[in-house]
Amino acid sequence: MKQKRNWVEILIESLIRAAGYSAILFVALILIFLLREGLPALAEVKPDSLLGARWYPIEAHFGLLPLIGGSLIVTLGAALIAVPFGLATAIFIAEIAPRWAREILKPLVEVLGGLPSVVLGFLGMLVLAPIVRLTLDIPTGLTAFTGSLLLAGMAIPTLVSVAEDALDAVPKSYRDAALALGATKWQTIWRVTLPAARSGVLTAVMLGIGRAIGETMTVMMVTGNAARIPTGLGSLFLPVRTMTATIAAEMGEVANGSTHYHVLFMIGIVLFLFSFVVNVAASLVVFQQRKRAERLLS
Amino acid sequence: MSRQFTQRLVFALITLAAVATVTPIVLVVGYIAWLGLPAINGEFLSALPRDGMRAGGIWPAIVGTLYLTLGTAVVAVPLGIAAAVYLSEYAKDSRLTRAIRIAIINLAGIPSVVYGLFGLGLFVLFLRFGTSIVAGCLTLAIMTLPVIISTAEEALRAVPQSFRLVSVSLGGTKWQTIRRVVLPQALPGILTGVILGLERAAGETAPILFTAAAFFLPRLPNSVFDATMALPYHLFVISTQVPGMPIRIQYGTALVLLTFVLSMNLVATLIRSRARARRQW
Amino acid sequence: MSAATLAKIRVEHLSVQYDDGTESLRDITLDIPANQITVLFGPAGGGKSTLLRALNRLNDLVEGVKLSGKIYLDGEDITQPRVDVVSLRRRVGMVFAQPVPLPMSLRQNVTYGLELAGVRQAGKLELAVEKSLRAAALWDEVKDRLDDPAIALSGGQQQRLCLARVLALEPEVVLLDEPTSGLDPISTSKVEASLQEIKKDYTVVIVPHSVQQAGRIADQAAFFLQGELIEAGPGKELFLAPQNKRTEDYVTGRFG
Repeated sequence: MKQKRNWVEILIESLIRAAGYSAILFVALILIFLLREGLPALAEVKPDSLLGARWYPIEAHFGLLPLIGGSLIVTLGAALIAVPFGLATAIFIAEIAPRWAREILKPLVEVLGGLPSVVLGFLGMLVLAPIVRLTLDIPTGLTAFTGSLLLAGMAIPTLVSVAEDALDAVPKSYRDAALALGATKWQTIWRVTLPAARSGVLTAVMLGIGRAIGETMTVMMVTGNAARIPTGLGSLFLPVRTMTATIAAEMGEVANGSTHYHVLFMIGIVLFLFSFVVNVAASLVVFQQRKRAERLLS
Repeated sequence: MSRQFTQRLVFALITLAAVATVTPIVLVVGYIAWLGLPAINGEFLSALPRDGMRAGGIWPAIVGTLYLTLGTAVVAVPLGIAAAVYLSEYAKDSRLTRAIRIAIINLAGIPSVVYGLFGLGLFVLFLRFGTSIVAGCLTLAIMTLPVIISTAEEALRAVPQSFRLVSVSLGGTKWQTIRRVVLPQALPGILTGVILGLERAAGETAPILFTAAAFFLPRLPNSVFDATMALPYHLFVISTQVPGMPIRIQYGTALVLLTFVLSMNLVATLIRSRARARRQW
Repeated sequence: MSAATLAKIRVEHLSVQYDDGTESLRDITLDIPANQITVLFGPAGGGKSTLLRALNRLNDLVEGVKLSGKIYLDGEDITQPRVDVVSLRRRVGMVFAQPVPLPMSLRQNVTYGLELAGVRQAGKLELAVEKSLRAAALWDEVKDRLDDPAIALSGGQQQRLCLARVLALEPEVVLLDEPTSGLDPISTSKVEASLQEIKKDYTVVIVPHSVQQAGRIADQAAFFLQGELIEAGPGKELFLAPQNKRTEDYVTGRFG
């Protein structure tokens, strides 16, 4: 019985293998082309000027701090809203809700996740901003806060879905054991289920925040686009400008190869690095947890 | 405070929070439907725009979104499913495999506007495709890839290992096993993931801003190297950059986009629940 | 077993080791004669399943397994890397402890192996379906519902379906790993009766799930204890007059 070589199968398996490797190829490509168009900015603009406090491209002020600050404060605000509400929803769906409620809530959260960012930005502009302006009695409703509200809405579906999976994955035996020892349902959730799902929940939060940082259209339409460094919590209710909105708003008007053009790509590199760090950190958490579990179980 | 009281209080708060999270979804959809429905008629959906977009229809934007979504599917679906098959069935636990997984997680997290920059740099400028459907589709495809790969891989892994063992013990090769048992069983799950991924691609604006989208085109695109109108971009421009745009038309456009996207959502959900009911394991 | 009988399968100094150093089988030498039921029995962890899986190279699927020694099927060494394991597995089929109906109809389950091998003519396939279902003592019960999903069958029927699935390929050897461990006594006796029938045309190697089952069906028997072959010989001898004390202790139930 000698081995028969089936050429068709070998070809198919090579294609499949190549497809698997392609993910690495694409990340490399993205990094390469961002660097290609963005690195010249370092040559054309003094690095300490890039860290300046004024973003005014018309007069060649390319300080990135207001933009980074804008992204950070909007994301922070979104996290402060999304984490409690998202976790509560996840716990509700996974542990508390009766079956009929689950069947309604899960699809609804998925619908939220499917809403295009431009639609949310559109409604934010026309409906939410005026409401914010009137209820908080501030000059304009186009603020970081409005952006945070909408971004929270976009981060929550990711958060809920991953966290709910993590909670679901906790073995039933853990809960049964706690209940058998006399714990109430809430005590079981708080002291047994949540800690057991800790790494998955952490991943959920990180992925949700990652989604918030990267949002473009929504923030572009509701945060007012004023490039000013946010100082203190009060600036949550002032207009800001995020890195993402800057790229989207100004790219259409720059000349190819101009300094402004290169700086916008440089902002893209900063965003790429931000998301790289957040995502690698999230996956390391998962790997760590898995290693710890393997050690415990061996 | 007794334990029962604590529990009741906490559960009430959690329930409130969950309801507060979910209610706006219904309100959003309802509000857009209410304000947008008056604008919807045959002409709106099938005619070309007139008067600087202030009248007429949004047909080219609808067609453009369809083209972009289909083009994305053509590239991302085979590539994504193949990559998922590799990860689920062939890849061993090695540094290379871990690198691939980190790469996928990264692709999933990259902001959509950065994809737009990448598409501009590679497809529009370097490869000289110009602002075109091709550039837009390739950019959207790479953006959609991680979603398709992760859901497809999950669907493949859900197929019981015992099937593979039995197939091999009956003289099946690895690929035969995948083709005859694993893939067909994983197909509904894969399909759900594909549709959800394409749903996102259809609704995205930032990746097509610099790679494919044009605001006003006198005619429909003739080839894949033409730029095109698209619903998300159209909505953005008419709501922020066209003075005197009737509110009705804005909400109408939003409604059409929403319907497009949510019906994909509905199809995916239906496929998923039907598959669960008819599962033979 | 006299040296004059050319064994269907000859295992020579077989040792199986895992990456972490644990030894599953140590220096096994055993002859398995054709057209008889050979029973591999002993307490859990004895290496019996590992030996079964070595006979059709299913161990290849496990990472980090090292084999030393030789296994001859009709005189040909199947441990060589150049061997076509695909056709080996068609000649040496296996039925597992848990019945695993493939997610298809009954008919498709039985013809699955043949279709893998490239058999396409409907007539040939139909013939194979009836022949193997009869041999597995299942034909009368299911002949009217061959297109129903296989999952609809009872546990005992599913296991006989798995046997039919293997027989459809007309193998030379049939390996069974505790095939009746999850079945009720009636299904168990049906399976045992099938084995008595098919041994006329096939060589059967079975790991029984109880000593009693071993005693009922064994033509030849081999006793395994913690990876070592303690004693082997005709079934009657091993169960009625074992030569090794450990065999006697196990067979009489002093440990198990």
